Amino acid sequence: MLKDTHPSEIEAILAHYPPDQKRSAAMPLLYLAQQEYGYLTPATLEEVASLVGVSATQIGSLVGFYSLYHDEAGGKVRMQVCVDLPCALRGGETLADTVCAQLGIRLGETTADGAVTVEGVMCLAGCDKAPVFQSQDSAGIHYHENQTIESAKAWLDQVRRGASDG
Amino acid sequence: MAEHILLRHLDVPDIDQLDVYVKLGGFEALRQAVTGKTPAEVIEIVKASGLRGRGGAGFPAGVKWSFLTPNVFPRYVVVNADESEPGTFKDREIMERNPYQFLEGVALCAYAAQAETAYIYCRGEFWDLARRLEERITELEARRFLGRNLFGSPYSLNIHVHLGAGAYICGEETALLESLEGKLGQPRLRPPFPAAKGLYGRPTVVNNVETLTNLPPILARGADWYRTIGTPQSPGPKVFCLSGHVNHPGNYELPLGTTFRTLIFEHGGGLPNGRAIKAILPAGASAPLLRATDEVLDTPMDYESLPKVGSMLGSASIIVIDETVDIAWVAWKTTRFFKHESCGKCTPCREGTYWMQHVLDRLHAGGAAAADIDLLEAVAHGMQGKCLCPLGEFAVMPVLSGIERFRPDFAARVGNGQ
Repeated sequence: MLKDTHPSEIEAILAHYPPDQKRSAAMPLLYLAQQEYGYLTPATLEEVASLVGVSATQIGSLVGFYSLYHDEAGGKVRMQVCVDLPCALRGGETLADTVCAQLGIRLGETTADGAVTVEGVMCLAGCDKAPVFQSQDSAGIHYHENQTIESAKAWLDQVRRGASDG
Repeated sequence: MAEHILLRHLDVPDIDQLDVYVKLGGFEALRQAVTGKTPAEVIEIVKASGLRGRGGAGFPAGVKWSFLTPNVFPRYVVVNADESEPGTFKDREIMERNPYQFLEGVALCAYAAQAETAYIYCRGEFWDLARRLEERITELEARRFLGRNLFGSPYSLNIHVHLGAGAYICGEETALLESLEGKLGQPRLRPPFPAAKGLYGRPTVVNNVETLTNLPPILARGADWYRTIGTPQSPGPKVFCLSGHVNHPGNYELPLGTTFRTLIFEHGGGLPNGRAIKAILPAGASAPLLRATDEVLDTPMDYESLPKVGSMLGSASIIVIDETVDIAWVAWKTTRFFKHESCGKCTPCREGTYWMQHVLDRLHAGGAAAADIDLLEAVAHGMQGKCLCPLGEFAVMPVLSGIERFRPDFAARVGNGQ
C-alpha cells in the first residue's frame, strides 16, 4: 500500500493543496502509484480514491481521460514518438514506422522481450527539434530530440540491453 | 530586435542561474511593486502597457485582472503551462532557459491579483522541466524572494507546480481548472468566468507563461517603453514558433507586426531543398490554412492583420508547408489530432470530429466519392458555432479552409467511389 511505503511523498503531495481540496492530489498520486506499480490496477484506483476521498470510479475516469496514465502493463519503457503534423513534416512518422519495422511490432505493441512499447503520440512541444520522442518509465518522462533513425535505434539497443541485464 | 526581452537567454546564456538573474536586476521589479505600489497600481501599469494574453486569445491582461470579484479572498493565480498546440514550443523554452523572469512574472501577477497561492499547471510531458521548476522555487524561498512576508511587507506568496497528464483540452482555461481540481479536463459553462468563480470557486486569474514573462520588464521599464515595441493595438515582443519546412526552425522573438516573409525567409532561412512554399498554418492546428501568396507573406503578424487575410494569430505557431504536401493529408492530420483531443463533453465536437475523421480516412485511403468532399463540409458546418469551447471551432478551420483554398488536393483524393 502506498500509504505504508510512501507516507512522506503522499504528505508532500497533499500539502500543495488546501486541506478541504484533497481531490486536487488525485493526479499526482496516480503518478506516484504508476511509478510504484508500473501501471494502474483496480486495487490502486481504490487506494488513491481513499486517499483523496472520492470514488474509485471517479479516479478510474481520470485514467481513461489522460493519456499518460496506463491501466495495462506495457514494456519497461514506453517509447512515445510524436507523429503529429509538425513532426510528420520532418520525418516523425517515418521514424516511428521504421523503428516498429525493425522491432517487428506495430505501433502500440510491445517487443517480445517486454522491454519496449512503441506508441505514436500527439505534439510534444518539441517541433523545432523534430523528430522527437519521449520515454516514459518508472523514473518519469524524458525527451529525446533531434532524432535520426540511427540515434533512435542506438537508444533502443541500449534500453533492450538494460532490460535483459536487469 | 537587438535586445531579447523574453528569450533573454539568447543574450545572457547563464540567466538560468539565480545569481546572474539577480545581478542583472532580477526581482527588483517585484521588490519595488510589493514595497512601493498597490496591487491596483500594478494593474494600471499593465493595462497602460497594452499587454495582450499570449496564449492565443490576445485578451488584454490588465483588463482580465480587473474583472476579479472585489473583496473575495482567497484568490488564485494559475499559470497555463499546458503548452500542447501542435507547432508551439515557446513556453517550454522560456521556462527552461529564462526561468526566473517567468517566476518573477508569476509573483508580480499574484501580487496584482492579491493572491497568496499560485499554481503552475505544466503539461505532464514536461516532467523534467516541472522538477527543475520546483527546485528553483525552493531556491527562491531560501533567498526570500518567495514565501512569507516578502521584502518585509505583509504580502506572502507560495507557488506550486502541478503536472497534467496528457490532454490538449487542459489548455482551455476552465478545463485546466477542472483538471487542477482533480477532475476530467472538460470546459465549464461560462459565465461565471474564472475571475468570479475559478479554482475551487474562488476568483482566479489564468494566464499563459509568455504573458507573465512580459511583466518584469514592463514593471521595471514602464508602459511607455513597452509600447515602443510592436504595433499600437498589439504592443510588445512576441515569441513566434517556427516549424515545418524551414531551414532553421525555432523560437524567434520579434515585434508583433513582423511579416511572415521576414520570419520564414530572413530568420528561418527559407525552405529546404529549394522548394516553394505552398501553405502556412499561422496558429498551429487551430486556425484556417493560408495560401502562401505574396499578399499573405507580406501580412504583418499581429492580432488585427491576420483576420483580414482569413486566419488568426492565436499562439503564433507558424507551420510552414512546402509544395510537395497534399493539403488533404494536412486536414487528415489536424482532424486526427482534434478527434483524439476532443474531451467528449459537447455533442457537436465529440461527434463532429469523429465523423470528419471517418470521411477524411476514406479520402486518405483513396476510397472516397466526390460527394464525400461535400459531406465533409456539411459535417464541419454542423459543428461551426455550436461547440462549447474553441477546440471544436478550431477543428473545422483547417478542414474548411483547406477545401476552400486547396480544393484540387481534395478532388485528387477522390477515388473509384465516384
